[in-house]
Amino acid sequence: MERTRKKGQLLSRMATNDRHGENSPYFDGWKAYDENPFHPSQNPDGVIQMGLAENQLCFDLIKKWILENPDASICTAEGVDKLKNIAIYQDYHGLKEFREAVAKFMERVGGNRVTFDPNRIVMGGGATGANETVMFCLADPGDAFLVPAPYYPAFARDLRWRTGLEIVPVDCKSSNNFRITRAALEEAYEKAQSSNINVKGVILANPSNPLGTVLDRETMRSLVSFVNEKGIHLVCDEIYAATVFSSPRFISIAEIIQDMDCNRDLIHIVYSLSKDMGFPGFRVGIVYSFNDVVVNCARKMSSFGLVSSQTQYLLASMLSDEEFVGNFLRESSKRLARRHSVFTKGLEQVGISCLKSNAGLFFWMNMRPLLKEQTAQGELELWRAIISEVKLNVSPGSSFQCSEPGWFRVCFANMDDETVEVALERIRAFVLQGKEEDAPDQKSQRWHKKSLRLSFSSSRLYDESPMSPRMLSPHSPLVRART
Amino acid sequence: MTQTRFSRTRTPEPEKEQARGGGGAAMRVIVPLQGVVQGRGGLILGSIIPCALFYFLQFYLKRHRNDQDDQNESNSPGQNQGTRSPSSGQLTELPGLTRNLSRALLSPRSPSGPVSVSGRVSGIVKAADSPYYAGLRRVKEDQYDELGNPNGVIQLGLAENKLSLDLVKNWLAENAREAILGNGKELSISGIATYQPFDGLMEFKVAVAGFMAQVMEKAVSFNPSQIVLTAGATPAIEILSFCLADAGNAFLVPTPYYPGFDRDVKWRTGVEIIHVPCRSADNFNLSITALDIAFNQAKKRGLKVRGIIISNPSNPVGNLLSRETLYNLLDFAREKNIHIVSNEILAGCTHGNEEFVSMAEIVDLEDVDRKRVHLVYGLSKDLSLPGFRVGVIYSFNEEVLAAAKKLTRFSSISAPTQRLLISMLSDTKFVQTFITINRERLHRMYVQFVEGLKKLGIECIKSSGGFYCWADMSGLISSYSEKGELELWDKLLNIAKVNVTPGSCCHCIEPGWFRFCFATLTEKDIPVVMERIQKVSETCKLNR
Repeated sequence: MERTRKKGQLLSRMATNDRHGENSPYFDGWKAYDENPFHPSQNPDGVIQMGLAENQLCFDLIKKWILENPDASICTAEGVDKLKNIAIYQDYHGLKEFREAVAKFMERVGGNRVTFDPNRIVMGGGATGANETVMFCLADPGDAFLVPAPYYPAFARDLRWRTGLEIVPVDCKSSNNFRITRAALEEAYEKAQSSNINVKGVILANPSNPLGTVLDRETMRSLVSFVNEKGIHLVCDEIYAATVFSSPRFISIAEIIQDMDCNRDLIHIVYSLSKDMGFPGFRVGIVYSFNDVVVNCARKMSSFGLVSSQTQYLLASMLSDEEFVGNFLRESSKRLARRHSVFTKGLEQVGISCLKSNAGLFFWMNMRPLLKEQTAQGELELWRAIISEVKLNVSPGSSFQCSEPGWFRVCFANMDDETVEVALERIRAFVLQGKEEDAPDQKSQRWHKKSLRLSFSSSRLYDESPMSPRMLSPHSPLVRART
Repeated sequence: MTQTRFSRTRTPEPEKEQARGGGGAAMRVIVPLQGVVQGRGGLILGSIIPCALFYFLQFYLKRHRNDQDDQNESNSPGQNQGTRSPSSGQLTELPGLTRNLSRALLSPRSPSGPVSVSGRVSGIVKAADSPYYAGLRRVKEDQYDELGNPNGVIQLGLAENKLSLDLVKNWLAENAREAILGNGKELSISGIATYQPFDGLMEFKVAVAGFMAQVMEKAVSFNPSQIVLTAGATPAIEILSFCLADAGNAFLVPTPYYPGFDRDVKWRTGVEIIHVPCRSADNFNLSITALDIAFNQAKKRGLKVRGIIISNPSNPVGNLLSRETLYNLLDFAREKNIHIVSNEILAGCTHGNEEFVSMAEIVDLEDVDRKRVHLVYGLSKDLSLPGFRVGVIYSFNEEVLAAAKKLTRFSSISAPTQRLLISMLSDTKFVQTFITINRERLHRMYVQFVEGLKKLGIECIKSSGGFYCWADMSGLISSYSEKGELELWDKLLNIAKVNVTPGSCCHCIEPGWFRFCFATLTEKDIPVVMERIQKVSETCKLNR
């Protein structure tokens, strides 16, 4: 550490370390896409972006609403009249209308089985900022959170980079469909304890990213009793709640704790409109905590990630339009379901199976039969081949800290139907070609030779930058330096 | 740096009242003494004598303190916003360095017991008890309105500018539809709803760079590729703090300073602020000598100083840093090998004839050592749009820019707002009119407000920037101490019903100074405000 700092212009360790994750090899996929992006007519041989969990299937509905309600964007005389109050509104509580509308929307997404108190809605800069805020509130540098793996790669950045926390993965296996078991939780907890790591809680995404599955009631109850017994926190990242497109339905943690005897001060929810509404550009992240101290503290921190009042106002109007919201949610899940089935059925035809899922903007594809060897190395080789030959930027399981090689996350909601067909066609061709070849060894050697030549051409940052392989090091220099 | 400082920050809780009285008494001697010394003997003597006294006192106390205080002490010389509030006692707590506290609270086996949160939480929650925030809350509950609530509290505590909002409004009425909805026909949803670069759209950076140059009257041009945009100046300052310093390192900040710095610089980073006191005898101008003393003291205490944070125009005083001071600052930073963060968020809100010089201009001319200079800017003040959350980091250091860009994902600006502002800022004719008219209006309000106070016998430091004036009310406080100051603040809030910012919230070393923000008022409100202040000032004079 010291060495890097002497060399540089006196920057902090945080500014010079690698915890942002953008130097990891997984960025190769993004770079490949950036250099040669697919376009149906202008660049039909380009790389198709299937690594970005973006929901673009219902933009037409949003567009229609915005055009029909111009005053919501402060674009009409009536809208501008509100400006005087909106433009100077910088209270970190957020507009009352906005908090109410978001609370109501969360209730609706949760099936109207729980009520959310608008006074507990705290703004953060996207789910990224919201997750970090929760960590800043709950833990000190060197503390750790348990995270069921496979997990969202950028957790490694959001939860650790500026907070100085550590992640302890909880291994989930394909043998029971990646369920989170009590035994796995206990094991990870004990392991952390024995290495003298102070575990402050469990954080997980429900519906799961990358699996696209929802947690069942039983698992959630067991999670709640686990954290309750240990006296640690449970943070549920529910940003994909409204992407559920078939049964079983989504169950919010708020619903589970309603009829459970537990310490509610331990339960926190992170929400956002980036996935459910497809608005990552609006940067709306929400912390909803049942713990008054956390609400209070997170609210003071929300000065670091406030949503522009103009956007708050726009969203407040949009989300209060119940007819629109109802219609949008119905249509969105219909379209997601259709897209999901086109993809998974298409893959089934060529013998590729996927984990059964019913949520998210992606599915979890099983490519184990195509691995040359059943190791992380084998997975990376296959992945590089998929990027350079098949020209699809999918995300390898190892970037999600999946302990079993051969799984890939494929995003399907950020493209149009035409592109879907092209992508499917490419996968089919690739798989069939692999099957026809008699000597699979030669095939993989060919992948070897064809090295991926890439360069950093873009400064663009992504929502889902993967992280370097498992970084659980209790003796990281940062920690040592602090204690 | 003098006895006052001691009375404000160093006193362990049980002896607090006692020591405060003592500090007040000592201060009555020392501050005038210093004025005399400075008048005759100049800066050096004036600063060194009290500093030496203070140092010995500190040394003496260190030997007579118990462990816990010692710890707080060594953590933070400037961590005293907690002690400001009379009720909250010794609240000095540090993010990052309070892990022992958090562990002490840890009770993993008893679910019904207190839940363990992070060590920084209690400090953050308690910071809200300071008069600055308490006053703002009070206004929110009972805000003055000429017709609706004539007995409500008048807001003079928030640096907000409503004087020229009508201009922004007119522009929006004419142009917003096209700016957001794109000619009313082609609305590009994918241009606003999808992921955009977290550090801001390039088009917006170009527009912001143009705006900044226009605000600074073309004295300097800004390169859009050196801009990183954030959701307000608050995260801009925090990001720089994260990039330039490790937990436990420190920044030098001249006092009095903007109360929000404690939040922006320290809360989540674990970085310290070392106060560099500026005095009324110097018209609260920054002296390099004071910087040097603060730097050396920090060094002696084992604190690593990573930079200086200045505000130009200053907040709360409203004065400008001269070209010469800026050069001296740069020399100082070079000599000590530290950074300079220049907060120029009020550059467009200067009024009067004094020349505003941006740090960027100095660096442009100097052409050396640019890498240690970083600017903070925003549209909250200069365009009166705090709700739109646009902050700017402008740095000459590529590594800082690279790290800051990655960090903006935690606090980036909503895309529809960026689109709207691109059109507004690109309208240079509008921008020019806005800046000119806004400056005129600010100046008019300033002159009237200062005159009003003068009639009540309250003098202000001459200022040329910002939405406020910095008033000397030390003649009205019952005891020359923080306690006296807060008593007066309380009277102003509860009897006169005006919310002002007491100097202690800005860590001013001399008690009795107050910041009055006048840009949320209209001209006809001024007599009402003066009448209310007069009520309190008269009773105070009688009681003395």
